[in-house]
Amino acid sequence: MSKHIISAIQGVGHRTLEGIRRLGRATLYFLLVLWKSGTSLKRFGLVVRELYYFGVLSLIIIVVSGLFVGMVLGLQGYETLQKYGSETAVGTMVALSLVRELGPVVAALLFASSAGSAMTVEIGLMKATEQLAAMDMMAVDPVARVVAPRFWAGVISMPLLAAIFSVMGVFGGYLVAVVFIGVDDGSFWSQMQSNVDFRVDILNGFIKSCFFGIAVSAIAVFEGHDSLPTAEGVSVATTRTVVTSSLVILGLDFILTAFMFRGL
Amino acid sequence: MQRATLDLWVGLFVITGIGALLVLSLKIGNLETYHSGGDTYVISGNFENIGGLKVRAPVKSSGVVVGRVADIQFSTKTYDAIVTLNIENRYQFPKDTFASILTAGLLGEQYVGLDAGGDEVMLEEGDTIMRTNSAVVLEEMIGRFLFDKASENDDF
Repeated sequence: MSKHIISAIQGVGHRTLEGIRRLGRATLYFLLVLWKSGTSLKRFGLVVRELYYFGVLSLIIIVVSGLFVGMVLGLQGYETLQKYGSETAVGTMVALSLVRELGPVVAALLFASSAGSAMTVEIGLMKATEQLAAMDMMAVDPVARVVAPRFWAGVISMPLLAAIFSVMGVFGGYLVAVVFIGVDDGSFWSQMQSNVDFRVDILNGFIKSCFFGIAVSAIAVFEGHDSLPTAEGVSVATTRTVVTSSLVILGLDFILTAFMFRGL
Repeated sequence: MQRATLDLWVGLFVITGIGALLVLSLKIGNLETYHSGGDTYVISGNFENIGGLKVRAPVKSSGVVVGRVADIQFSTKTYDAIVTLNIENRYQFPKDTFASILTAGLLGEQYVGLDAGGDEVMLEEGDTIMRTNSAVVLEEMIGRFLFDKASENDDF
């Protein structure tokens, strides 16, 4: 009996140590990517290529979901606000919830599942087919040549995608509230403009999306490079990327919100 | 994919993204009304009670925004609130201007209202407004009303 208890405790200890070791490896890998980023800044063409795959190809899902999230917010907000006779505040509500929370968070979740997983699969397959090892043999640093450009493309795309998401959302809210339902055009915009603050709301939302971009890209490239070089290993790593980065986005969002909007 | 097409798509993406950021800051966040940084002067006023006034609340005169609340402090000398106001330079107010804390609508946000007086001398940087009027606190008003009602009934 005591043997079982001891082995159970050992299991907990083993997992904790493994988790800490993994976290340490990820941190070291993140620093390594930053250290080797010089090449991708010098040869910016590499980053541009990856921007196409991670930024441009994610655009359609970001635009469509932004539009629909905004439309739903407009509809639901109108239903509730018109009970209190303040349906013109629907613009404020849509803009604030998008710019502060939904824009950065939902865009980052979508980005993690579309572009983050693609990043992991690409790097993982390159590792499994020994392309990375081959580069190493030719004295080409795979981290500088393959990983860093993808990382930076992710970091650059994320804030832009989040901004596009928010703008599309506000447009969707406008479409539903003003065009379909008939809320007054002028008060929709003027209430929104007087209640959305540049520094508190928009700048903080932008900073949030930058953090999310760094987190998602760092997790994606690490999982790709750390995966077992088999088909199963790549598949496990991809699942892990999406799960870990989604959890990190939500946790990070809570922490950042607590810092940014406390006492308002 | 051809290099030129790739560059074109990425260029479009980056321009759209930056455009979205600009729309957010200018159209939605209203950054245009923000750059009144250097061309303001500072005046302050002591209020007995500021109610729910917040920093960056508008300062209005005849309903026009003429400045913003810069700072709110509590004074331990006079035991009242010192409200610092940034007023745009193009709006000059006489020395005997009356400042009061008002509420936009029934439940709206609070702002500082300035009523110009008739003095020849204008308020300058660092001056203090002498005549102020506190915010209306709903509980106090209800309390006074009940008190008045009670004393009315005594007459009978």
